[in-house]
Amino acid sequence: MTYRNPPTTPRKSATFDDYTLSEIRRAAATGIYDIRGAGAKRKLPHFDDLLFLGASISRYPLEGYRERCDTSVVLGSRHAKKPIELKIPITIAGMSFGSLSGPAKEALGRGATLSGTSTTTGDGGMTEEERGHSQTLVYQYLPSRYGMNPRDLRRADAIEIVVGQGAKPGGGGMLLGQKISDRVAEMRTLPKGIDQRSASRHPDWTGPDDLEIKILELREITDWEKPIYVKVGGARPYYDTALAVKSGADVVVIDGMQGGTAATQEVFIENVGQPTLACIRPAVQALQDLGMHRKVQLIVSGGIRNGADVAKALALGVDAVSIGTAALVALGDNDPRWEADYNELGTTAGAYDDWHEGRDPAGITTQDPELMKRVDPIAAGRRLANYLKVMTLEAQTIARACGKNSLHNLEPEDLVALTIEAAAMAGVPLAGTNWIPGKNGF
Amino acid sequence: MPAINVFKAARDQSHASRIFDLSEMPLRDLNQALHNLTPGSNETAWEVLHPKGSHSVAVGVDQPITIDVRGSVGYYCGGMNDGSAITVHGSAGPGVGENMMSGSITVKGDASQYAGATGKGGLLVIEGNASSRCGISMKGIDIVVHGNIGHMSAFMAQSGNLVVLGDAGDALGDSIYEARLFVRGKVESLGADCIAKEMRPEHLELLQGLLDRAGVTGVKAAEFKRYGSARTLYNFNIDNADAY
Repeated sequence: MTYRNPPTTPRKSATFDDYTLSEIRRAAATGIYDIRGAGAKRKLPHFDDLLFLGASISRYPLEGYRERCDTSVVLGSRHAKKPIELKIPITIAGMSFGSLSGPAKEALGRGATLSGTSTTTGDGGMTEEERGHSQTLVYQYLPSRYGMNPRDLRRADAIEIVVGQGAKPGGGGMLLGQKISDRVAEMRTLPKGIDQRSASRHPDWTGPDDLEIKILELREITDWEKPIYVKVGGARPYYDTALAVKSGADVVVIDGMQGGTAATQEVFIENVGQPTLACIRPAVQALQDLGMHRKVQLIVSGGIRNGADVAKALALGVDAVSIGTAALVALGDNDPRWEADYNELGTTAGAYDDWHEGRDPAGITTQDPELMKRVDPIAAGRRLANYLKVMTLEAQTIARACGKNSLHNLEPEDLVALTIEAAAMAGVPLAGTNWIPGKNGF
Repeated sequence: MPAINVFKAARDQSHASRIFDLSEMPLRDLNQALHNLTPGSNETAWEVLHPKGSHSVAVGVDQPITIDVRGSVGYYCGGMNDGSAITVHGSAGPGVGENMMSGSITVKGDASQYAGATGKGGLLVIEGNASSRCGISMKGIDIVVHGNIGHMSAFMAQSGNLVVLGDAGDALGDSIYEARLFVRGKVESLGADCIAKEMRPEHLELLQGLLDRAGVTGVKAAEFKRYGSARTLYNFNIDNADAY
């Protein structure tokens, strides 16, 4: 008998994993960074790392199907003559016409309106599809100012000054040439087919003192009627919130790094900004320190998927959440029914993120007239409304179990964390302990 | 042409101006009164006294009226103007005429940064100098500066015309798209993808029209050089990365 050494099992590096190796090869072959849509895909501390305690001997619950649990929220009560009231604390985040097709924008408007909530324009101006089908429409004021005009400003229900977004705090919009159709080009005053890289800074103000003057101008143009939001990426949530409040914002919107984008560099999405969970308590703390919690409303977005996420965000002190990626999925994005088409693009349903290429099999992130026919705005709007209804019912279920007759009565004391990281970020005790890392001296 | 309405409004002053004194009335009342005007209103001539550097004077006006501001203004005077003819008898702070849609704004003195930023239309005339980032991200506005302009002017300028009778600072027209720049004096330096271009007859004609509209006399279109986009950065190419 000859002795053979036992073979070692081939071992792949955790550092140089398959994805990393493929990215090195891709960079070496093309000489350009990877651009994609969506938000951070890496695993991050998130709402899944929190649990509600529910009722017990010292807390009694509300009857699930009998006792009322309020879900409404008023946004913009600080300065606006006409604050907006939403039936549910879940809004639709800003997504541009250009990055999304006309039927997709219409579907978002239809779904939101059926649910009593708002939609938001994006880096491409206001379209008739979304104004016509959105009962409550938030008009974004972006560095590019594409399509910005006083008429649309006045027919908006609120104005959102966009300083940054979670996928790329410090980065501007990006829309590559293949999505610049005649209509998109006209709305943006740019030649058809060129790559459109929006500015990352506003052209006519820098810093919080200027922002205060800019907000004054927008209020003067709209006769102090509209709520004015300030949206920032999850970068320095304590100071950004405090400075937005100082500048006169009615509403602060913070978008964590899981928040999606139409297109930006992969390296940017995965390495700049903070997770949504890490942004909430500092922002709430800033509002509390200024005596403005619940007076200036806080909206948080980035990775909100279900009613539990909504309830957890509200328990940590936010007034409303915003969804983008999840809303697109409800419309039909990444649906396995188009698997053959996804495979042709070298990907699979659930992983498709080349939204900038304009070849979306689901017809949502495209300007291709044939592909966009795959979105039936009425049916897709209905799906979004169903989804929003489910999220709301889920959040109410949890709130009632915690004995709350309003989603906004949920509080950090209703929560524990499963990991030390989440406990530290959310400022709630690690489950089974009374330890909040960073509090009580250790 | 909105400009025609503007001049008509200026000629038809058969009645006294409506005078609004900002030392006695708040800014909010001024802008509200201007927004309350409806088409056909006979209050076509307005005078604003004692602006004392106030921000947001006469913003979002959408009727073809004339507004004479007697003094210097702060930020964003005439912001989003849509059809009115505003004259600032003094200097203007940052962002004068930002996002103008139509009409005209004339600044008798100097203008600070971002004059005419993102303007979509209309005519902005600065009779003095303009600071940095004049015409930044302009989208159809015409800007005529009698004096000099500062650095980074016409950054990412998309369309419209910027005319400078004096000199231009560093990085003129950086990342410019389809806007046309006409400079009579010296250009300190050109920004990424901005190049000097041939002045063809149609450009001379266009420029002469702009000079006439801006009330410039004794200056010939032939004295200017034209600058615009080389269009080499319109579609991303890794070999251009050094340009940024």
